[in-house]
Amino acid sequence: MNKVVKNVEEALIGVEDGMTLMIGGFGLCGIPENSIAELVKKGTKNLTCISNNAGVDDFGLGLLLQTKQIKKMISSYVGENDEFERQMLSGELEVDLIPQGSLAERCRAGGAGIPAFFTPAGYGTEVAEGKEVRIYNGKPHILEEALTADFAIVKAWKGDTEGNLVFKSTAMNFNPMMAMAGKITVAEVEELVPAGQLDPNHIHTPGIFVQRIFKGEKFEKRIEQRTTRKRS
Amino acid sequence: MLDKTGIAKRIAQELQNGWYVNLGIGIPTLVANYIPEGIEVEFQSENGVLGMGPFPFEGEEDADLINAGKQTITVREGASFFDSATSFAMIRGQHVQLTVLGAMEVSQNGDIANWKIPGKMVKGMGGAMDLVASADNIIVAMMHSNKAGESKILKECTLPLTGVGCVKKVVTELAVLEIKDGKFHLIERAPGVTVEEIVSKTEGDLVVPEFVPEMQL
Repeated sequence: MNKVVKNVEEALIGVEDGMTLMIGGFGLCGIPENSIAELVKKGTKNLTCISNNAGVDDFGLGLLLQTKQIKKMISSYVGENDEFERQMLSGELEVDLIPQGSLAERCRAGGAGIPAFFTPAGYGTEVAEGKEVRIYNGKPHILEEALTADFAIVKAWKGDTEGNLVFKSTAMNFNPMMAMAGKITVAEVEELVPAGQLDPNHIHTPGIFVQRIFKGEKFEKRIEQRTTRKRS
Repeated sequence: MLDKTGIAKRIAQELQNGWYVNLGIGIPTLVANYIPEGIEVEFQSENGVLGMGPFPFEGEEDADLINAGKQTITVREGASFFDSATSFAMIRGQHVQLTVLGAMEVSQNGDIANWKIPGKMVKGMGGAMDLVASADNIIVAMMHSNKAGESKILKECTLPLTGVGCVKKVVTELAVLEIKDGKFHLIERAPGVTVEEIVSKTEGDLVVPEFVPEMQL
């Protein structure tokens, strides 16, 4: 089945005000840069964004915060973004902070038809407030519910016309689970190849989870914390 | 008294052969520089890598290859990459033997607070809640007091918790403390630090044995 769309504009047709979007990536690593830029251009508002982080002030989801297009963020860590902190502390932005492993599993569960699961993470903390607690193996666990989204927007290294995806290094992160949990999943890739070019043994995300795929026009791939060592 | 490097060196002495280890941001990251000779461990970073190596040489940074602190890294031979759900399966499933992380406060029953100061700072818990809820072996690397000189080694945490009853050991610039039976136990003191100083800077209940050895670094 051919999943290829012409460009980012076509990939994001149907993204409307008030929708819930999952956006792949960890920090600025493995984020769908082209789609985020297109969302800024489209000016879609009142978005709920499920993403591990919120970018930095002038890149990643930070761009959508600058333009106040995001109503609510569901994330695990947002510490690198001053505008985010300002909007959150002033109450302009609704924020749901959840443990990173629970966020990953909630996305996976959403895509896998598991409505909820018990995890030990967050027991005894603010995160557990209002959640059912059960003891398993002598240890308290809290009930966490699955997450899904109107659109999941992910970024892969290589993809084929069938929507099969291969990720590179730690740019994989949340992308595979989010791809599973979107009603419509959009994949932007660095390299788009004809079906048959990717080894089926090496596919990370099977094309069944992807509805639209396109080759991103340009990837800046900004590095957040450039850390090096000296040559001795 | 130890500096950050000293704290990292002392924690590195806890590493055991064959362990998979998750190091948090800050002082814990430095532990990787002081693996004792003859000990083989592998470092896991929760953003999806096992077998982390040293930072890259200048000019060899790869935007697609970072640790959970978003720093550019390299990998060793035999490394692997995986998604975030698999990464936390390793953590929650207790396949990772040791977690080292920082803290703002620790209490004598092993509670830890390290993600939020109400009204002031909200960065989020990241993977810390999953890590502390699951790991059998958690070592906290922290300073004994805050900038105002108030103890962070407490009877009860005052900040929002990250996890309850999970911390087993704390290494500070002054001492190594073990947490058991609802109390801190003084195990070692840092070079040049007296037992009196440690006692005066510890707000929580502290059990002090007759002889407290000095750390060997």
